[in-house]
Amino acid sequence: MTLKGRSLIEPSDFSLNEIEEILRLADRIIQEPHLYSEVCKGKVLASLFYEPSTRTRFSFDAAMYRLGGQVLGFSDPSTSSTAKGETVADSARTIAQYSDIIAVRHPKEGTALHMSRYADIPVINAGDGGHQHPTQTLTDLLTIHHYYGSFDGLTVGVCGDLKFGRTVHSLITCLSRYSNMRFVFISPEELKIPKYVKEKAEDAGIPYIETTDLESCIGQLDILYMTRVQRERFVSEEEYLRLRDFYILTKEKMERAKEKMIVMHPLPRVNEIAVEVDDDPRAVYFHQVKFGMYVRMALIMKLLGLEAPQGR
Amino acid sequence: MNTSLNVSSLYDGIVIDHITQGHGYKIFQQLGLDKIDAAVVLIRNVKSSKMGRKDLIKVETTEELNLDVLGLIDPGITVNYIRNGEKVRKIKMELPQKVKGILTCKNPRCITNQEAIKDITFRLVDPVRKEYACEYCDVRTSL
Repeated sequence: MTLKGRSLIEPSDFSLNEIEEILRLADRIIQEPHLYSEVCKGKVLASLFYEPSTRTRFSFDAAMYRLGGQVLGFSDPSTSSTAKGETVADSARTIAQYSDIIAVRHPKEGTALHMSRYADIPVINAGDGGHQHPTQTLTDLLTIHHYYGSFDGLTVGVCGDLKFGRTVHSLITCLSRYSNMRFVFISPEELKIPKYVKEKAEDAGIPYIETTDLESCIGQLDILYMTRVQRERFVSEEEYLRLRDFYILTKEKMERAKEKMIVMHPLPRVNEIAVEVDDDPRAVYFHQVKFGMYVRMALIMKLLGLEAPQGR
Repeated sequence: MNTSLNVSSLYDGIVIDHITQGHGYKIFQQLGLDKIDAAVVLIRNVKSSKMGRKDLIKVETTEELNLDVLGLIDPGITVNYIRNGEKVRKIKMELPQKVKGILTCKNPRCITNQEAIKDITFRLVDPVRKEYACEYCDVRTSL
């Protein structure tokens, strides 16, 4: 089944083969980005951000511009027809008349799916509340794929807020579709990974351990995925501050890690990775941001049914 | 039991049988039987050799009713379709894998609670607790 004309609402919308097709194209773009600079000439991305976002919005916009396409949209819903009471369904139908593809972020969960049922063009979910953020998952997969070449035999540690962190839920759910993985869930008791995510791993027969101690397990990991404890999830400021500083990755802790381990983070970070770690070649979180743009370039091309330049 | 309420007395319609005692009124409400333009009988506390006591509903109609809710409330119910006074089909209800247009999402952050979205589909995720996940936000709910 071709990806042309389809929407991406959650990572499971695509088969593993389709995901790998996107990752392979992204890898080719990374190798020779100049070859793709006019692939989307004449195409328009509607970039609809109903809630604040810097990274994801810039990433989508940069992806479209680097493909030679154009972007229209808003990053403040008070400047859109929503402020006049227009429904999301009507907005989708209208905006689809002006553009070729939509990227939407909305605080309400399920909005991207709702829009995709009214727009007759592909819709990409750029985050719907605390629910799904599939292009972050694609970013994470491309990063792992880039450094390891495959997903086979990897031990992936995720650390921090595993309870509310949707990027972790999506990544673990998606990686559970690959065989021969191993997970280490590192979190304070209060922020343990939800049961439904662990069940995905169990159903796939993937072994995992849960621990509160980062130092004791860091030496086993091929990937350490750090996450931020989000202030908005806590009623008590005191509780937030205590958990925010529960894990701080330092140079000293990195000494216990494998030479080839990579450190990932969906960003923005707060305190969980000390700045001193940034210079460590294993710290790839800023490269990860760039991979996010490349994977979005590949995704846009695939959903629009655009081919790589001739001879590629 | 009053013999005039027997299955055989219905000429065209459906008999919803083997309803757990006490569930009949809930099913009556969920099916919206108070709103349809047809003869409807709800019989409560009927003697049953298998169940001790049971509830029973008869509806005189040839129109299709969405009966998914039956399996949701009370798996084990049987539905008998009667045409020209004869039982033509008997179905044993089970917990449906998907239900459409019956459940509503309880998640206040779900788009279905902001926009008027009809016929939301929920998929079965926990048969023991009879929990279903909203197709929009994946939050679990039950009837």
